Amino acid sequence: MNFELKRPRLFSAVLAALAITVLISAPVRAEITVDITKGNVEPLPIAVPDFVAGGEAARRFSADIASVVAADLERSGLFKPIDKRAFIAQPDGLAVTPRFNNWKPLNAQALVVGEIGIEPNGALRVSFRLWDVFSEDQMTGLSLTTTQANWRRVAHIIADTIYERVTGEVGYFDTRIVYIAESGPPEKRIKRLSIMDQDGANHRFLTDGQTLVLTPRFSPAQQEITYLAYFNNQPRVYLFNIDTGEQELLGDFPGMTFAPRFSPDGNSVVMSFAENGNSDIYAMDLRTRRVRQLTNSASIDTGPSYAPDGRQVVFESDRGGSQQLYVMGSDGSGQKRISFGDGRYATPVWSPRGDLIAFTKIFRGDFHIGIMRPDGSGERLLTRGFLVEGPTWAPNGRVLMYFRQERSDERGRGGTPRLFSIDLTGFNEREIGTPVGGSDPAWSPGPLKQ
Amino acid sequence: MRISIPVLVAAAFVLAACSSTGDNSGDTGSTGQSTSSGNTQVATAPAGPKPGSQMDLTINVGDRVLFAFDSSSLSAESRTTIERWAAWLKTYPANSVIIEGHTDERGTREYNLALGERRADSARDYLVSLGVNTNRVKVVSFGKERPAIAGSNENAWGQNRRAALVLAK
Repeated sequence: MNFELKRPRLFSAVLAALAITVLISAPVRAEITVDITKGNVEPLPIAVPDFVAGGEAARRFSADIASVVAADLERSGLFKPIDKRAFIAQPDGLAVTPRFNNWKPLNAQALVVGEIGIEPNGALRVSFRLWDVFSEDQMTGLSLTTTQANWRRVAHIIADTIYERVTGEVGYFDTRIVYIAESGPPEKRIKRLSIMDQDGANHRFLTDGQTLVLTPRFSPAQQEITYLAYFNNQPRVYLFNIDTGEQELLGDFPGMTFAPRFSPDGNSVVMSFAENGNSDIYAMDLRTRRVRQLTNSASIDTGPSYAPDGRQVVFESDRGGSQQLYVMGSDGSGQKRISFGDGRYATPVWSPRGDLIAFTKIFRGDFHIGIMRPDGSGERLLTRGFLVEGPTWAPNGRVLMYFRQERSDERGRGGTPRLFSIDLTGFNEREIGTPVGGSDPAWSPGPLKQ
Repeated sequence: MRISIPVLVAAAFVLAACSSTGDNSGDTGSTGQSTSSGNTQVATAPAGPKPGSQMDLTINVGDRVLFAFDSSSLSAESRTTIERWAAWLKTYPANSVIIEGHTDERGTREYNLALGERRADSARDYLVSLGVNTNRVKVVSFGKERPAIAGSNENAWGQNRRAALVLAK
């Protein structure tokens, strides 16, 4: 019996708060797949009817969980949830095989049947099965038990499971985004550190806007953010604890530190330090607080980002006369330029899969988001605009988020930045709704591990 | 609770202009001349900015130097301005200053932070070379975060690529 649920890490990690069981059924021979390595695939029609409620208390989750699952799948651009109003009948529950003849006329290739119950202790139990409508086989299934407050995460985990089963790629719906919320006119812009789920839900402002804050990045454990803050008008890199709100200055540098990023093991933060008109890259070991200088050139070296194995760092430097991308060992050895196209290259960020580097490119007056291989080959530009900047990878390395800003008029109107996501293939560009403007997004490195 | 000196001076200035004319034109930043229509009255109250203040620096000395795109080189005009900064700092030896480095919006965030620092530093180096004690001059970069002028046009970008001298509190 093989359900191809290769998520042991997630399972064990979330067990404390969330119990998950794989639902057993007949051997799988379903053939629905979506090949997401090709651009602009035809989205897979999928039916996600309201989950069947076992009892009155469960009823309020029926439609909500189904719509979060459907919305996740729809936003990926790979699925097309079928309008509920077209449904011929509602499913009868998990215990019985669905009547596929109710779903075939809608051309639903896949059907999600879910059930919700409230345990005597108040816990929320959600189970689902994914069916291949035309082969009439179960493709996967899960049962999850958690607190009622966690219902959105349950929906995201279900969407991740469906995405993974159908595409063969790990899902990215049970993830969060930190970013900078922006409001007010350009000369007096108010910037607040903010966090939300990947779909914009559970939005929280983490700082009050009194202090200018920039470029937040998640730690691998996701309880901390490293970012740039201007306390007392001194720009320095800080650690911010999401749970406690506590801040900690990183390092004792006599000038501006900026562009921080965690190492993949979470033990170091790499950042730039500016002094006497020259910016170099340093790594700080968070356990010993020892600082090591990685670059030493009379130029602007910034934007460092580790490879997922932690052995290399990609960064930008204008040492050759204009901003270009370079790769070096994580000890600073073997610095080598990798970008050779026309234009300026900036804000490199290594894919969590290791196979690609995303960047911002400024070329002929336009800004672009692009990707290239770590050796600089295979450059592709995914989107462009008056200003598009600062890509961040979804943990599965398939989707990028960045921010976009249009020209503003002489009163500053129209220049509010907004967050967007785009598929690696350059298709499915979508705005991510935020309460006010948004910039500097950073995707969490994976599902929350608790 | 602390109110910065420049704000206080500016507020006094506005009040004086209002009381002398009874017709606030809204132009409070310039000279204090009053030219209300009809009754001509020469305003004597506002004698100009308090010597050695931020307002004095802004109006009588010139508090900023501008840069070309992606450059931190000082033009001849910028050098002249910085020479006035040096003279002003010699006149007011108790004053310490901060040089803020800024960029236009046509660059990436991190690079612009570094470029702003480079500009502020370039201005400081020249100021210090003119005999101002380095302890009296701090630098801070705001990158593209604090434009002087809103708008996505060449004029705004030119005004925003700047190093500005600010009296330290």
